[in-house]
Amino acid sequence: MLFVKPNLLKERGIIGMNRRNVDYIARYNARKLYPIVDNKLVTKEYAKKHNIAVPELINSIQYQFEIKQLEKILTGVDKFVVKPAQGAGGKGILVIVDRKGDTFYKPSGKEVSFDDIKRHISNILSGLHSLGGKTDIAMFEKLVDFDPVFERYSYEGVPDVRMIVFQGYPVMAMLRCSTHESDGKANLHQGAVGVGIDIKTGRSLFAVQDGRMIEKHPDTGSAFSELQVPHWQEILPLSAACYEMTGMGYLGCDIVIDKNLGALILEVNARPGLAIQIANDKGLLKRLKLIEEKAPKSTSPEERVKYSLDHFSTD
Amino acid sequence: MSSRSQVYLLAFMFFALGIGLTLYKNQSLGFPLLPGESKEVWTVESKVTFDATDAPITVSMILPQAGSNMTVLAESFSAPSYGFRVKEENGQRRAIWTQRSTQGPQTIYYKLDVVNNEDPASLAPPSPSKASSLTLSSEQEVQAKNFLEKIKARSADNLSFSIEMVNQLRALKENNKRGVNSDFKNKSVAELSLILLEVGGIPSRLVRGVSLEDGRRKQKAVDLIEVYNSDQWVIINPQNGQEGTPDDVFIWQRGGVSLLDVEGGVKSKVRFSTIENDQPAKTVALDKGTVEQSALIDFSIYSLPTESQSAFKRILLVPIGALVVVLLRIIVGLKTSGTFMPILIALAFIDTTPLAGLAIFLSIVSVGLWIRGYLSRMNLLLVARISAVVIIVIGLMGFMSVISYKLGMTQALTVTFFPMIILAWTIERMSIIWEEDGPKEVMMQGGGSLFVALMAYFAMTNPVIEHITFNFPEMLLVILSITLVVGQYNGYRLTELYRFRDLAKGQKG
Ligand SMILES: Nc1ncnc2c1ncn2[C@@H]1O[C@H](COP(=O)(O)OP(=O)(O)O)[C@@H](O)[C@H]1O
Ligand SMILES: [Mg+2]
Repeated sequence: MLFVKPNLLKERGIIGMNRRNVDYIARYNARKLYPIVDNKLVTKEYAKKHNIAVPELINSIQYQFEIKQLEKILTGVDKFVVKPAQGAGGKGILVIVDRKGDTFYKPSGKEVSFDDIKRHISNILSGLHSLGGKTDIAMFEKLVDFDPVFERYSYEGVPDVRMIVFQGYPVMAMLRCSTHESDGKANLHQGAVGVGIDIKTGRSLFAVQDGRMIEKHPDTGSAFSELQVPHWQEILPLSAACYEMTGMGYLGCDIVIDKNLGALILEVNARPGLAIQIANDKGLLKRLKLIEEKAPKSTSPEERVKYSLDHFSTD
Repeated sequence: MSSRSQVYLLAFMFFALGIGLTLYKNQSLGFPLLPGESKEVWTVESKVTFDATDAPITVSMILPQAGSNMTVLAESFSAPSYGFRVKEENGQRRAIWTQRSTQGPQTIYYKLDVVNNEDPASLAPPSPSKASSLTLSSEQEVQAKNFLEKIKARSADNLSFSIEMVNQLRALKENNKRGVNSDFKNKSVAELSLILLEVGGIPSRLVRGVSLEDGRRKQKAVDLIEVYNSDQWVIINPQNGQEGTPDDVFIWQRGGVSLLDVEGGVKSKVRFSTIENDQPAKTVALDKGTVEQSALIDFSIYSLPTESQSAFKRILLVPIGALVVVLLRIIVGLKTSGTFMPILIALAFIDTTPLAGLAIFLSIVSVGLWIRGYLSRMNLLLVARISAVVIIVIGLMGFMSVISYKLGMTQALTVTFFPMIILAWTIERMSIIWEEDGPKEVMMQGGGSLFVALMAYFAMTNPVIEHITFNFPEMLLVILSITLVVGQYNGYRLTELYRFRDLAKGQKG
């Protein structure tokens, strides 16, 4: 069937774009809080203040003339990520996993020269990747060394966990695994795979790519059914704490798991996508309603995690 | 009050106000809701002629009054070398022309455009005591009373009485061609009726009209009589005894006051000629509004110079385009590159026609994309690159115009109507989307934008919509209210029914 009846979606509590925008984002996310999450440098500052672990910032470039010092900035740095501070949706993210002399390598093995990086940065500064073409800042972040568990599930890139946090309660989770198509980035609309994760156990539920259900990773061939996210019990309170950090009632946080450092907050989104419902084969509405109507207000992240564990398990 | 109900309340107010004003303009001021409606406008020319007798001249003619079955749209007086003014006298307007002295035949014109008046002002009841103007001999009075007695027996009320009497008089006139009585013979049915009605004590008066017949010239005024019957004035046509205002008569004057008075002249007469012409209903409404000085029209776009009016015509279409964009994005869920870029493209389509517009747009954007691909390898700063693209786009536009002109395709000359900054930005954005999200996304967003632009174009060029937005700018309020309500829509988008199609398969709950 090409189209689904709206009644069926309603019955299953699926939230559409309009409802998300009108009933959740507009209502729970105050506009004045947006700068905290729309600028990743600011997010990092706030995270530091709230003792939330984030990938380390190597450096940042704000003006075109500073690009000349790129060689100096990158001395001794072999693995890093360049991204626009105000980018979104994986736009303008350059992941470098190796370096030999003056040649850098993308996860796909593609070579990148200093000039390429400089041009990339120049574009970032001109605002090519940011909303409305505002001038931007290019930030250099340490490459996250992902947990070997994920090697089978992620192709040439770091998978991240997307958690929807509503009024501080983690409500739904999804692991996003990069594919060859997504070029080392775990953003779904670029072709990454979304795997629904059970809130209670951290085990996989369903997997989707480009909006369709799949069983196996298209590049590695591993079945997603055996997947278990490591450090799960650590991820939940970390995501819940994003509420205190940003003050936003409805947010989606991206969490990466570093082999050595554990769970780190990569970024916070004020307008998290809705594909997570497909990956979980579940609508968000009932969980959001439960929190709006029943869940106790003003509790600690740990208590909220406990509430979520009790209420949002799929089995 | 929740913000939601506030929005609905506001939207309702805007909606009601917009619809209300529109209906008012339609119902009371006669602005047509649909384009192309036309109305019969009659041009009546009254020509006054007389021979001057070398004495000071005063010509006074009564002008059409309120309460007529026609509304005056415009009037003009022409009598060179005469002084002119309009005088109010007992609630009746009279035109007065004056001159010190002259000789020979004189002509004065008074021309007016009239249109059917759907609800004429109500008429005052007859004033109770009116000095009798009768000059009958006692013998005549007896005769008259006898005559009336017979009719009275065959009638029920003032109206049937009058009609019966008019019919009797007509028959008498027919039969007694030679006439018993010279007084009787010289008087018209209308005059006789008025005399008899006064004898019988029935309130009545003379009504003067002009018969409306296309191309009729040199006609005299038509005399009708009006009797007061059960709180209403009813016109009776003495020619045929029919009651009611005849359709083809323009009521000029009521009451027996003279139509024309000329001092200092002899052989004076008024003759009317009438021409019918159809005019757009809107023009008629506007003329009417200007004459009646309706505030709504005084402060409307029509009070602007014609040039600014046509600029406004274009601007007033933008909200329609915006509404289309809002509906297609929120309800249907189409993706467009840039929120309102489709409107700008649609506006350009109005000048280029959509087919030529599409061809021009696609060719410029694809050539632009190709060149932009090359530019991206040259390490340019963004601002410089966009400027370069703008310059190239202008070059392309010039090139296209010249080539197509040489080939005899004048269509492509309209290329200049595309805002080049928009073209340049489209090229820039599309090339980025191409690099980052692939050609599929370019097709989605580019195609979406063009589709929305086409829809907006069709909505904006719909003659009915165009007519309504321009003539009823109040409708902006209605569009605003729809936009407000749609802004609260939290249901599914049409595209989401496709996007979430797999969710229907899974288990319930
Ligand atoms: N420091 C990093 N190390 C490794 N991969 C990263 C790093 N930062 C980002 N990525 C990759 O890029 C993707 C998008 O990054 P994110 O910071 O969430 O930006 P966006 O706002 O564009 O989604 C991540 O899902 C991840 O796969
Ligand atoms: Mg992200």
